[in-house]
Amino acid sequence: MLSKIRITPTLYIIFLMVPLYWLLTMALKTNAEILGEFTLWPTNPTLANFKTILTDPSWYNGYINSTIYVALNTVISLTVALPAAYAFSRYRFVGDKHLFFWLLSNRMAPPAVFVLPFFQLYSSIGLFDTHIAVALAHCLFNVPLAVWILEGFMSGVPKEIDETAQIDGYSFGAFFVRIFMPLIGSGIGVAAFFCFMFSWVELLIARTLTSVHAKPIAAVMTRTVSASGLDWGVLAAAGVLTIVPGAIVIWFVRNHIAKGFALGRV
Amino acid sequence: MQRKTNQKAWFLVLPVFLLVGFSAIIPLMTVVNYSVQDSFGSGEFYWVGTEWFIEILNSERFHSALGRQLLFTSIILAIEIPLGILIALSMPKKGWGASICLVLMALPLLIPWNVVGTIWQIFAREDIGLLGHTLAAMGVEYNYTQSAFDAWVTVIVMDVWHWTSLVVLLCYAGLCSIPEAFYQAAKIDGATRWAVFRYIQFPKMNRVLLIAVLLRFMDSFMIYTEPFVVTGGGPGNATTFLSIDLVKMAIGQFDVGPAAAFSLIYFLIVLLVSWVFYTVMTARDGEAG
Repeated sequence: MLSKIRITPTLYIIFLMVPLYWLLTMALKTNAEILGEFTLWPTNPTLANFKTILTDPSWYNGYINSTIYVALNTVISLTVALPAAYAFSRYRFVGDKHLFFWLLSNRMAPPAVFVLPFFQLYSSIGLFDTHIAVALAHCLFNVPLAVWILEGFMSGVPKEIDETAQIDGYSFGAFFVRIFMPLIGSGIGVAAFFCFMFSWVELLIARTLTSVHAKPIAAVMTRTVSASGLDWGVLAAAGVLTIVPGAIVIWFVRNHIAKGFALGRV
Repeated sequence: MQRKTNQKAWFLVLPVFLLVGFSAIIPLMTVVNYSVQDSFGSGEFYWVGTEWFIEILNSERFHSALGRQLLFTSIILAIEIPLGILIALSMPKKGWGASICLVLMALPLLIPWNVVGTIWQIFAREDIGLLGHTLAAMGVEYNYTQSAFDAWVTVIVMDVWHWTSLVVLLCYAGLCSIPEAFYQAAKIDGATRWAVFRYIQFPKMNRVLLIAVLLRFMDSFMIYTEPFVVTGGGPGNATTFLSIDLVKMAIGQFDVGPAAAFSLIYFLIVLLVSWVFYTVMTARDGEAG
C-alpha cells in the first residue's frame, strides 16, 4: 500500500530532475563532446566551463550585478512593507480595501506592459543602467507580495500582545522592533525569500533597464546565445550557477515555503 | 480578527503607497498618454482619441494572439491543477521524505525564467538534447523549430515542468492544516477514499486552490521569457503569446500608440478576471468568519 502511494511523487520528481541532470552534464562536457558523439554522461568531466565563467569579468560581473539589485530590492521591499502590513492587519481606515486590491493589481500587471514606460522613466531621471533602477522597478511586484505575506503572518499574532506592550509603557517603535518583529521572524524570512526569488528570476524588466554597468547574469546569458551561438558548455555552466543560490536558500525556508506561496493565508 | 478604526494607519501605509505609486502610476499614465496620441517621431504628438483602441480591437493580429493565449492558459490550468492535487495527495506528510520532496519540487520555481528556457532548449534539441535525441532514435518525428504542434507541446510540457510544483506546494499546505482527528473519524465511519477526498480534503484545499488557480492564470497569461527563449514565438507566429506580441510591437517596431492601447486592453483583461477571483475569495473569507 505504502509503496504504491509514493509512485506519483517519485515519477514527478524524476520528471523534474531529468532536464536538470542534462543541464549539469552539459556543463561538465567540452564543446567538442557536446556536438560530437551522443553520450549520456560526460566521458571526461571537466570544470573548464565553470572556470571560464569565474575568471571572465563579463561573466562574473553579471552575478555580482544580479546579487546587488536583488539585495537592494529585498531590503527596500521589506522596509516599506513591514509598517504597511501592520496597518492592514490591525486597523481599519478609509480606503483600506481598495488600497489592498490596488496593491495586488500591481502583482497582476504584465511586465511587458511596463517595459517601455520604465525605460523612459528611468532614463529621464538619469537612473538608467544602475542597480537602484532595477531594484525600484522590481518593487512593483515585490512590495505588494511582501505586504500580502507579512499581513498573513501578522494576523496570526494575537492583538492582546500589542495591548499588553502598550500598558507596559512601550512606545510603538520599541514595541514593533523589540517585540513584534521577533514574533513574526519566520514571516519576515519567508517574505525576504520571495522578494529574493521573484527579483532573481525576472529578466524582461532587468534587461530593459540595464546595458553595461548593472547587466544581470540572465541577460549576459542571452547575449552569448545570439553572439557565438554554439558555446553550449559555458551556457549550461552559467545556468547551473544561477540555480545554486536558490537551491541553498530553499533549504532554510522549506517548512514555510508553502505558506508563503499562499501569500501567508493558508 | 476585529480591527480598530484608526485613520492614522495611513501614515504606516504611506511609504508603500508612494513607492508603488512611483513605479506603477507614472508608467501607467505614460501608457495612457501614448494610447490616445500619434506622433511623427520628432516628439510632436497630436490627439487621436480612441483610434488605436479601435484598431487593436479589430486587428487580426490581436485576435489571434489573444486566441493563442487563451488556449495556452486553459491547457495549462487543465493539466497543472489536477496533476498538482494528485501529487499533493500522495506526498508524504512529515519526516525527511516530506522535506526532500518539498525542496526538490520547489527547485524549478527558483530558476531564472530564461534559464528555464535554456534548459529546455538544450534538453529538446535533436542534435544535443536528451529528449530530442531519444525521440529521434525511437523514430518519432519531433522538431520544435519547424512544426507548430511540436513547439506547442514543448512549451506546454516546459510550463508543466516549471509551475506544477506551485500547485503542489499550495495544496500540500492546505492538506497539512487538516487535523489527524478528521481522518480517524472518517475511518471509524468507514468512509471510502473518495468520500475522504470529497468531504474532508477538498473543502480544506478549496481556499488554496483558488489562490493556485489565480496565480497560475495570472502568470501563464503574462508568460514571456520561457517561450521567447525556446521558440522565439515561432515557427511563424505559432507560439506568439500576448506578451511576446506586445514587446515585438513596442520595442521591435516602436509602434508606441498601438502598443500602448494593446497594453491597456491586456492589463484590463487580467485585472477583470483577477478581480472576480479576488471577490469570490474575500466573500468566502467573510463567510468563514
